[in-house]
Amino acid sequence: MSTASSTAYNYKVVRQFAIMTVVWGIVGMALGVLIAAQLVWPELNFNLPWTSFGRLRPLHTNAVIFAFGGCALFATSYYAVQRTSQARLISDKLAAFTFWGWQAVIVLAAITLPLGYTSSKEYAELEWPIDILITIVWVSYAIVFFGTIVKRKVKHIYVGNWFFGGFILTVALLHVVNNLELPVTLTKSYSLYSGATDAMIQWWYGHNAVGFFLTAGFLGMMYYFVPKQAERPVYSYRLSIVHFWALIAVYIWAGPHHLHYTALPDWAQSLGMVMSLILLAPSWGGMINGMMTLSGAWHKLRSDPILRFLVVSLAFYGMSTFEGPMMAIKTVNALSHYTDWTIGHVHAGALGWVAMVSIGSLYHLIPKVFGREQMHSIGLINTHFWLATIGTVLYIASMWVNGITQGLMWRAVNQDGTLTYSFVEALEAGHMGFIVRMIGGAVFLSGMLVMAYNTYRTVRASEPAEYEAAAQIA
Amino acid sequence: MNPFLWMDVGTLRGLGTVMVLVAFVSVVFWAYNGKRKSSFDEAANLPFADETAHSRHVFRSNDQ
Repeated sequence: MSTASSTAYNYKVVRQFAIMTVVWGIVGMALGVLIAAQLVWPELNFNLPWTSFGRLRPLHTNAVIFAFGGCALFATSYYAVQRTSQARLISDKLAAFTFWGWQAVIVLAAITLPLGYTSSKEYAELEWPIDILITIVWVSYAIVFFGTIVKRKVKHIYVGNWFFGGFILTVALLHVVNNLELPVTLTKSYSLYSGATDAMIQWWYGHNAVGFFLTAGFLGMMYYFVPKQAERPVYSYRLSIVHFWALIAVYIWAGPHHLHYTALPDWAQSLGMVMSLILLAPSWGGMINGMMTLSGAWHKLRSDPILRFLVVSLAFYGMSTFEGPMMAIKTVNALSHYTDWTIGHVHAGALGWVAMVSIGSLYHLIPKVFGREQMHSIGLINTHFWLATIGTVLYIASMWVNGITQGLMWRAVNQDGTLTYSFVEALEAGHMGFIVRMIGGAVFLSGMLVMAYNTYRTVRASEPAEYEAAAQIA
Repeated sequence: MNPFLWMDVGTLRGLGTVMVLVAFVSVVFWAYNGKRKSSFDEAANLPFADETAHSRHVFRSNDQ
């Protein structure tokens, strides 16, 4: 092994993370379908605290963002950084630690969240001992990733690695600052911040979890796998540099749009709104750069469902990064905030962009790291593509209808100034939307099951000798 | 009299805006400088650089 290590890539950790991406994707999305069903049939809460919506919803968000999305980012970043640096990961042991450490975090989340242990910060619910474990795993990740870049055999650091690197550094900063807390017992802590400051820190973290975890990281993925699958280099390397710096410089200021019309000072709200509007430009810079990489190769979309996944993910990215700045405008936000429109917007990004770009990248990566020519079935990739697209469209369309209905009903007032509708009336109006959303989610989940079968058949057909050979550095 | 009294919060905001503008324009000029074109072409081909020699083909960039 020691002789092979200098001439071969470390694909073992990539294989592990790739398989767990599929597993956690199914778990996280199944939880999503369950809580969507609870909103249709409240009886599904089973009158038990552990299965109530309030406890399962953070489990769903943690599972899809950090377990599914996180494993996808680990797998693709470890794969792309090795291939574009032409160097093996700097440490196999540390890479293995990031895998087992990250799985431990996920299992701990799956135990503590249903039991009701929570710091109550959205997307940062995990209690302080788990926060410390996350920090240790994340620092190890940074060492493995940047260490591999340092020992690269090529002159340049590829732009995809700039995005992965920006994501790793910023997530470390966000996680540590937002989770500064005073432990009271092993399972309870209180935030170091209070009042409007606490809210601002939380949404500085929360929106940058979107901006860096769910955007910069996945753009790193896009910058490797779109050119690779389209077999042509990125449309404009210059544009990729300009939009990288613009994106990371602007995203960090957009958080206050989560706190419009609250106790947050008005100037901070306006700053958040303006920065969110500016963000449209660097976001679309990335979308256009990815899409235009296909110029002269559009015909490949007809025969290649993997490329279709990647291009449609960019279309959803473009759509949700147009919708986001629009919703950050205070007057639009007055209608959309706290309604299902927000949930729809998040899932346009989460299902349409994050999940679809991950799925497309994995369909490219899995055969490579298992030493196979291609996935077991290209037809099943196509089936998965349509299930994912239809599922996403059903989800976001139903939430647009629900969100605008709720927003309009909540703000309707009679001549004498009293509210026209009670809250329950607006809730009932959304019943059909909840059903369609649940169906859309179930359709998307069924696509993941197709992927699991396809992956199982691909992996079962591969021989250890084949994937040892595939890992050789050319 | 305090020599910094001329600078109120509006001036600070103005200077901030100018700084950001200068930074952005600098990045654009740096990236679009013709001197760096060949170096960027090389970097843009990195995803293909580790393929075996017979399947390797270098692409020209779309940047004019």
